[in-house]
Amino acid sequence: MLLIDCPWCGPRSEHEFRCGGESHIARPGPPENVADGEWADYLFYRTNPKGEHLERWLHRFGCGRWFNIARNTVDHRITAIYGMTDPKPEPRA
Amino acid sequence: MSGARCDGGHAIDRSRPVNFRWAGRDYAGFAGDTLASALLANGVRLFGRSFKYHRPRGVIAAGLDEPNAIVQLETGANTIPNLKAPYVELYEGLNAAPVNAWPSLEFDLMAVNGLFKRFIPAAFYYKTFMWPNWLLFEPAIRKAAGLGRAPEQADPDSYAQASARCDVLVVGGGLAGLAAALEHGRAGRSVLIVTGGAHWGGRLAGGADVIEGANADAWIARALAELAALPNVTLRNRTLATGSYDHGLVSLCERLTDHLPLAARRGPRQKLWRVRAGRIILATGAFERPLVFSNNDVPGVMLAGAALAYRRRHGVLAARNPVIATNNDSAWAAAFELADAGATIAAIADARPAPPEHLVAEAKRRGIAVFTGSAPEKAFGGKGVHAVAIAALDGAGRLTGAAQRIACDGVLMSGGWSPAVHLHSQSGGKLALDPALQSFVPQSLSGAPSLGAAAGDFSIANTLATARGAGAKIANDPVRPLWSISRGDDPHADAWVDLQNDVTAGDVALAARENFRSVEHLKRYTTLGMASDQGKTSNVNGIGILSDLLGRPIPEIGTTRFRPPYDPVTLGVFAGHRIGDGLHARRRLALAAAHEAAGAKMEEYGGWMRPVAYPRAGESEDEAIAREVLAVRNAVGLFEASPLGKIEVKGPDAARLLDRIYVNTVSTLKPGRCRYGLMLDENGTIFDDGIVTRLAEDHFLVGTTSGHAVTVAERLEEWLQCEWIDLEVVTQDVTGCWAVLNIAGPLARTVLEGIESDIDFGREAFPHMTHREGRLAGLEARIARVSFSGELSYEIAVPWRDAARLWDALLQAGAPHGLSLFGIEALMTLRIEKGFLHVGSETDGATQPQDVGFAGALAAKKSDHVGRRSTSRPDSVRDGRRQLVGIAMADGRPVEPGAHIVRPGAEGEIGSDGWITSAAWSPTLSAPVALAMIDGGFARLGEDVRVWNLGQWREARVVEPCRYDPQGARLNV
Repeated sequence: MLLIDCPWCGPRSEHEFRCGGESHIARPGPPENVADGEWADYLFYRTNPKGEHLERWLHRFGCGRWFNIARNTVDHRITAIYGMTDPKPEPRA
Repeated sequence: MSGARCDGGHAIDRSRPVNFRWAGRDYAGFAGDTLASALLANGVRLFGRSFKYHRPRGVIAAGLDEPNAIVQLETGANTIPNLKAPYVELYEGLNAAPVNAWPSLEFDLMAVNGLFKRFIPAAFYYKTFMWPNWLLFEPAIRKAAGLGRAPEQADPDSYAQASARCDVLVVGGGLAGLAAALEHGRAGRSVLIVTGGAHWGGRLAGGADVIEGANADAWIARALAELAALPNVTLRNRTLATGSYDHGLVSLCERLTDHLPLAARRGPRQKLWRVRAGRIILATGAFERPLVFSNNDVPGVMLAGAALAYRRRHGVLAARNPVIATNNDSAWAAAFELADAGATIAAIADARPAPPEHLVAEAKRRGIAVFTGSAPEKAFGGKGVHAVAIAALDGAGRLTGAAQRIACDGVLMSGGWSPAVHLHSQSGGKLALDPALQSFVPQSLSGAPSLGAAAGDFSIANTLATARGAGAKIANDPVRPLWSISRGDDPHADAWVDLQNDVTAGDVALAARENFRSVEHLKRYTTLGMASDQGKTSNVNGIGILSDLLGRPIPEIGTTRFRPPYDPVTLGVFAGHRIGDGLHARRRLALAAAHEAAGAKMEEYGGWMRPVAYPRAGESEDEAIAREVLAVRNAVGLFEASPLGKIEVKGPDAARLLDRIYVNTVSTLKPGRCRYGLMLDENGTIFDDGIVTRLAEDHFLVGTTSGHAVTVAERLEEWLQCEWIDLEVVTQDVTGCWAVLNIAGPLARTVLEGIESDIDFGREAFPHMTHREGRLAGLEARIARVSFSGELSYEIAVPWRDAARLWDALLQAGAPHGLSLFGIEALMTLRIEKGFLHVGSETDGATQPQDVGFAGALAAKKSDHVGRRSTSRPDSVRDGRRQLVGIAMADGRPVEPGAHIVRPGAEGEIGSDGWITSAAWSPTLSAPVALAMIDGGFARLGEDVRVWNLGQWREARVVEPCRYDPQGARLNV
């Protein structure tokens, strides 16, 4: 059970949050210019790294805000927490 | 001879006798006894029958590592299976029985399995009972094999849960834990120290060791007094750390009342703690390993450290004339202390050729026979050991030469100590083999450092120094590895490794021969290390035997993975208050009491308790539904629609946002008007539908289905916060702020016009699909003229607190016009007659808007919206997709949702064209009405099909979904 440091509410237990999956996925458009394959990439394909993963979380039973997390998928270390509009953090091992 | 009470016993109070019942007989012990110590003191050695062979078994250990003495506590609703006798605290009136003995413990018919032991090796069942079907044999085998019985009645106890945080969590209340708690407590940190048992001090309590110049009990008492006086330190006994998780989370199970007589128990039985600790210190101690020799499961064979624990804690000699068998120093000290307490040590056999001289000298001084370089070959006895054969070991550790038979009433063994690394390993810590201890010790120090015996440190002085941050890495005296004691290379088939699962050294050898060489495979093939003790006494021995057999060093074999829980935890404490009505919140309507008073039958729909129908005396539910439907069609009905989702969307970009959310265009809607809209997810699947109302240029009210309000509100926010961050919009879910009553039927306007209001309900002033705000019966009201029934219909929203006043006003004004209450089943019938879509009934995860008649809306939309691109995938535009139609039954009899539709003449073929999604009896048409999703449905209107309904073929025809007033004339009145 992760301890997530919500940028607005401070450290709270994982069960107050909802994970929204990988972050920084650009929505392609307009639809008439998007090929089937490109749309499928957007909908279904994710990086699934062993190591640092950038993902978005919602503090669902708290402030209701979305934000980004850099989480290591091996040991669940959280190495960065940053806003939805912030740039990606520098990659870490 | 067997066990008896001796002097000492720090845990017991000899002035307080406690009566209890075991296997149908009455016994007495003392307050502070465990069930195991009290039975041993009464001379009982036979505690149960083994899992597979029903062999007689006694107690092996003195804690939760006990594999053998498994009991069923209490009876009826209070019964608890598979408790470990050394971990059950004695209380007045306790009633316990052995498990897996039939018909009785002394005479067990199933013990015949033991006679055929050599025919039932590992995996015998799976290999033998394969034809024709394992399931045929399983019930009989399960009856013969097994442990206790689960209770058959509801759990009468309650359970609590709590969260806590602290700077330092110390797991373990022995010397190492107390020293660490003192260190951090004195430094002013918030400390929580827990111990699983009732008493503090661990193995040292009640013993003769000297700690910092004081005797052990005095040191422990002083430490506890100081800790209790520190306001920043919390002590919890009977609190077992059961799991170590990410980010410093540890689960604790506190036993609040298990030690009390049944009649004296008050409040929750157990409490689950979730503790977040800045730092975790694991002082969890170590488990002693048995020696693996023939008949090492005979009652009376037990761990030397356990015998010492019974003597120190409870003043009990488990055996009065034991033989000590060991491969390390610890059992010698135990032998001397037991001798001091009155035991006559028959002999000490040490596998090491040259044990430390001072130990040998002390034994000689006491007149104890010493066998060096020797090990037990075989124990003798059925329901209790009466002799053991000791033989010499050669350099390779094999038995050699003639064995000497020594009479005894117990064999106290020690195969070395294995640190309790479970929590360390669960939290991701690595393990390494300590060659001196021949056991796995915690390796990485990040996160949760281990201390004392848990770290493989058995020195009092060094443990104290390490707790204070000054300890050295100490070199332990080497044990002689002795994983399986045998003559020759083949392990003995009657030498037990895992006593709880009846796994022998021979089973491990069989698994190795059959090429189960990974320790994980060994575990699953032989069941070694499974069940309620999770191999606390057997895992390392099993790994050692496999290492010997394969000729590969132990670190290469590795361990199986440790997973929570450390010891079995009651399901009740995991559930906590989330049982019965507490399982999930049921939401009550604004007018729940009024519905109940009006005779409504209430059921749960999407989390809300809602009226199904309002049956009158003598009326069936179906009759009530039919009456309510006809009332709406012919006069007027009243329905509570408060659960309808209501989300306010406001801001300069509100229209732009909703254009991107709905399939329909929202920005062209004029203030005061309503529009039906469909929402998709990005896969193009229909996600929700409802009425969107423009309250003002920059202000909308998004209506959702009753079950989806929260999810839709959350999705709007996700798009706004994560994707369209440039839009200036705020949203607010106001579902619970507004109660909604729906008045529907040709007389609805007449009723409303009879109530005081500043709203003009006239046909031209307030047309269909428009919205008005004003006052009705003196209440602030938002009224939408929308219809899910196909009749003239108004949804009237008032502040939740005003619901009853609106209800009363409508009932009063409606009475002269025959106003009838209607429930959700009548509403569903009305909408099926009209062929209106119900998201979740007609639609599933593959349904797109073009499948339910919204191809035109998709084509008319000029801009992008959520899911739009997915509606032009090749699969979305192919012919023959499953589409919404109506189904008319030829025989006029009702049909069930879920019935499959098959082309004519297809009898006997496997395959389906789709299925009935909604069906009802239409009192309006005096006929069944049904909606269905069928392949290529739009092109099949008028086609005759067959319907497979509840085991019968039925004839039917594909028709338009709308069966009543297809022109919508009744809405334009």
